[in-house]
Amino acid sequence: MKKNTIYEIQGLYRDNFRVTGYEFGEGEEAVCIVGSMRGNEVQQLYCCSRLVKKLKGMEEEGKLTPGKKILVIPCVNPYSVNIQKRFWTVDNTDINRMFPGYDLGETTQRIADGVFRVISAYRFGIQFTSFYMPGEFMPHVRMMDSGLEDTELAKQFGMPYVVLRKVRPYDTTTLNYNWQIWETQAFSMYTNTTTRIDRKSAKEAERGILTFLHKQGIAQYHGHDGYLSQIVKDVDMVSVRTGKAGLFEPAVSVGEEVGRGRILARIIDTYEGEVIEELTAPVDGIVFFMHGEPLTYADTAVFKLVVREE
Amino acid sequence: MITTVASKALPVDEELKIQKNRIEPENDTGSKKRISVVTGIHGDELEGQYVCFELIRRIKEQKENLKGIVDIYPAMNPLGIDSITRGIPAFEMDMNRLFPGDIEGNMTEYLAARIMEDLTGSEVVLDIHASNIYLTEIPQIRVNAVHEEQLIPLAKEANVDFVWVHGASTVLESTLAYSLNSIGTPTLVVEMGVGMRITKSYGDQMVDGIFNLMKKLGIWEGKTAAVRQPIISRNPKDVAYLNAATGGLFVPAVRHGAQLKEGELIGRIINPLSGGVRDEVRAPMDGMLFTIREYPIVDEGSLVGRLLRTL
Repeated sequence: MKKNTIYEIQGLYRDNFRVTGYEFGEGEEAVCIVGSMRGNEVQQLYCCSRLVKKLKGMEEEGKLTPGKKILVIPCVNPYSVNIQKRFWTVDNTDINRMFPGYDLGETTQRIADGVFRVISAYRFGIQFTSFYMPGEFMPHVRMMDSGLEDTELAKQFGMPYVVLRKVRPYDTTTLNYNWQIWETQAFSMYTNTTTRIDRKSAKEAERGILTFLHKQGIAQYHGHDGYLSQIVKDVDMVSVRTGKAGLFEPAVSVGEEVGRGRILARIIDTYEGEVIEELTAPVDGIVFFMHGEPLTYADTAVFKLVVREE
Repeated sequence: MITTVASKALPVDEELKIQKNRIEPENDTGSKKRISVVTGIHGDELEGQYVCFELIRRIKEQKENLKGIVDIYPAMNPLGIDSITRGIPAFEMDMNRLFPGDIEGNMTEYLAARIMEDLTGSEVVLDIHASNIYLTEIPQIRVNAVHEEQLIPLAKEANVDFVWVHGASTVLESTLAYSLNSIGTPTLVVEMGVGMRITKSYGDQMVDGIFNLMKKLGIWEGKTAAVRQPIISRNPKDVAYLNAATGGLFVPAVRHGAQLKEGELIGRIINPLSGGVRDEVRAPMDGMLFTIREYPIVDEGSLVGRLLRTL
């Protein structure tokens, strides 16, 4: 294992800003794994730290294939994580909206450029990422539906779901999208949580990545293969939206199978305690995403259901 | 007349409302021509607030000269304005990346869609921004090259110093201006001043420009001031971006708007701890400093200024 500084900026009153990478093996740039890019992505950092530890052990045991290089970057934004701020410290920009970056541009464009120059050469790219809305997910692998994706490859993680995301204009500056454009097969790995550690889904993601490395001949791993992944398009998921704002009281859990008509949550008046709305499942399905805050606004997609296959 | 364009109940005893003030002629002229002035999409940009106030005040003084409709939307993002937040608080989303919105979508998408509906059909929309809290800008209009043909003639009448035609970008397709321009409602993006502040002279300049536009469109018949002839820049090479080579404290050596010679000192990036000068920022060409850093702390890469080549 080699620990390298991938990108560095001189600080004024803080220690220098450093993006650190952990390299395993030499030769073909086989796979790059990226962790937290935003200051609140603690689970993503945790997942990568587990992988660094695991890969270090596998390297010592001779289980990594010679001639294949693995790079893990646990954190692209230590400055923001250390002050628990989601976006960039000074100007509040999001590094994951700056790819492929620009070496003469603004700070976060330079960080994106400095990192992307190193990681764009890899054959596979895996990013632990988070959703813009607070909530809990079924663990899954996500790909941009850009026409360049290979869903069969994504199944090799053995995660319960592979989600294809329709590309929106603002996606074109994310790492995942730019990896694909620069011919890296890119996957986003979603575990259950973001701001708190969830060991169970972190272990599942770790197993998924090691299984993928094994199937690609990059490492020897003999855990269980996981699931036969179901491929779902994000546009085919059924959203359940609130009609009213209030306290959000869920009646189901993520991953639960629900029948049509089942009560998913109740919205409660914040002053008078009355149930002002009951949200029910419009289809037979599985709870894929659930809102994670105690309050909700009106018109908010608080659930996403995967329609159960016949 | 003040009306509500869109509203949604918030969780605890509060209604979120986006309001507008419609000013119409005292006597029905039959004209349905309408100019719309929009501001406050970014909650920390306040320069447009004064423009709204002053525009209404001056129209009311000479209401007899009004021949069309003036719609004024001072607060597209009321929660952001209240909390000094650029985006929509709680959602951490830039409201100007949500357009054209979705009437069936979530709260923010719904608000965006209602705003779009309400503005559609205006003769011209002015979307007034105030840079951000880090940079000060001279009054300027930014035009996407895709819509250049329709917008330049209008921009010339708006009394700004500079019209900047910039290249197309996929990301910008979700802005209010792009969305409205795409459906045939001409929309000018004004940038002036700095976030969290009011620059009265720029506000007055802009109000003069709006009256001139109104006159050209047949919405105003009163006297208007002569407008400035803006510099129009289409070539990306005419604009130099001055990014900090190192972090530190930027202390300017020249005024905003100064005409500079190549090599002239623009400012220093200093280290107050050591007393040293970390870097000197110099003009890379002859030009006018149309953007300058307002917030002194910079990281490596932070923009400290922009220079428009002397043509």
